[in-house]
Amino acid sequence: MNPAPSIIFFTVASGAGYGLLFWMGLLRALGHLPRTAGFGALAVGLALVLVMLGLLSSTAHLGRPERAWRALSQWRSSWLSREGVAAVVTFAPAGLFFLAVIAQAEWVAVPAGLLAAAGAAVTVWCTGMIYASLPTIRQWHHPLVAPGYLLFGAFSGAALLAMLAGFWGAATLPAALAAVLGAAGFLLKRAYWASVDAGKPGSTMESATGLGFIGKVRTLDPPHTETNYLLREMAFRIGRVHAQRLRRIAALAGFVLPALLLVLALLSGGMLAAMLAVAAAGLVTLGLLAERWLMFAEATHTVALYYGVGERG
Amino acid sequence: MTSLPEALPGAKKLGLVIDLDTCVGCQACATNCKEWNTSGHMAPLPDHNPYSAGQEGVWFNRVHSYEAGEGEEGRTVHFPRSCMHCETPACVTVCPTGASYKRAEDGIVLVNTDICIGCQLCAWACPYGAREFDDDAGVMKKCTLCVDRIYNETIPEERRVPACVSTCPAQARHFGDLGDPNSDVSKLVADRGGYGLMPELDYKPVNRYLPPRLAPKADAGPPRDAGPLPSQITNPLLRWVDKVLSR
Repeated sequence: MNPAPSIIFFTVASGAGYGLLFWMGLLRALGHLPRTAGFGALAVGLALVLVMLGLLSSTAHLGRPERAWRALSQWRSSWLSREGVAAVVTFAPAGLFFLAVIAQAEWVAVPAGLLAAAGAAVTVWCTGMIYASLPTIRQWHHPLVAPGYLLFGAFSGAALLAMLAGFWGAATLPAALAAVLGAAGFLLKRAYWASVDAGKPGSTMESATGLGFIGKVRTLDPPHTETNYLLREMAFRIGRVHAQRLRRIAALAGFVLPALLLVLALLSGGMLAAMLAVAAAGLVTLGLLAERWLMFAEATHTVALYYGVGERG
Repeated sequence: MTSLPEALPGAKKLGLVIDLDTCVGCQACATNCKEWNTSGHMAPLPDHNPYSAGQEGVWFNRVHSYEAGEGEEGRTVHFPRSCMHCETPACVTVCPTGASYKRAEDGIVLVNTDICIGCQLCAWACPYGAREFDDDAGVMKKCTLCVDRIYNETIPEERRVPACVSTCPAQARHFGDLGDPNSDVSKLVADRGGYGLMPELDYKPVNRYLPPRLAPKADAGPPRDAGPLPSQITNPLLRWVDKVLSR
């Protein structure tokens, strides 16, 4: 699949934003985070900015962005519509949460924060299900895809929270959480890669054409001599060497290094901890951008079979 | 509404039956499809750089050519590919706006281009590559099964078939109600063992492909004598002997 920059930026930014909102709502309600107006405004504000930038970026992928509001209507059948509804609904408690933490109105901030956390989790789950519900792309139609979106959002959100809380000397819990989530994310991504590498395509040129009863099928003449929408969008291929390299970069920069930096932050404490958490959050963002790019680049669509573009072609 | 209409028993399922045995790969169906539809229900179908390198545009029908099998068993097969008007089309259910829909009355899958937001998720959801994005209009386009021809009372009745069917010089394309087991197309499918593509994905495509007829297998018995034909034997006596012995 063609890795569209607008979608990659959207899922990484809004994933981190919703992750940050989730942990802010939950941990603050449990009394594990500073309850000052400044910290609250910064953390919830950053979460909302990331979410809004992400959603804004996603509309860049639309042919008719001015009609985007129509996407809220088909939540009965469409995960994309559900994502839109969940995102819009979540803005209500999240906005209230933002105002309440600044006004120090705890009786509003706690329930609003918890509701916002629930909304954030639901929204990211819907994002994951958009991909996981497509049987045409076997690398997306996989049981680890939607949990992965949830876990990576929680991880990057926790890393951002550790970065911010570090400046208030309260990084311990978010840093510990982020380190554990980073390790879990690394294991999930490893298991996912192993599983899709071992998996066989469910559809072949033979089943796509129904000509398998004659023998092996190969292309003779293409239907058009120039490229087209289908080839650009759905027959994108990445070289095996590049994929392996990018996988290592995503695993190291996205998960292993930030988790290690966060453990170091836990051990060091003070301003050094804050600086380490900043580096970790930066690395997570870069690593997840690479991970998301790969998520598209390595995905193969059944349409490519008609053009004889097999896997690893 | 992108929830699928309830499937009623005996409901019409309009679709195409494509004979891969007789298709000659002439591209007439694709050309006439483009010609009709660029001013039809989902018009226009854009063309970028139509007269220079990098020509690219939206087509509802693409004709591939394949080779299947090896050596004497091998066949060249021309293979038109368009919307299958599936019974359970995910291109419809994934649509967030209700622009993509399946008609209850005849099963045709259409796009309401007035409310399509151009998110292109339907194209990702289609296994068959039936949907192509119109980046001029910012909306998705697809085969309409010539909904503006098949019910069109201003054209002669015999022409009320999809443009691809009416133009096919090899009569390799057939149109009809595949939900009616007694229709001509259903009988053709039953006679020839017509099949749907990628059944493993369970989209329940309505269109059917008739498989190429294979040449009969070479006789496995001992080769026949390559003797002269009776007319080639000039000696009357030998001709009589040949006649007796050939009985």
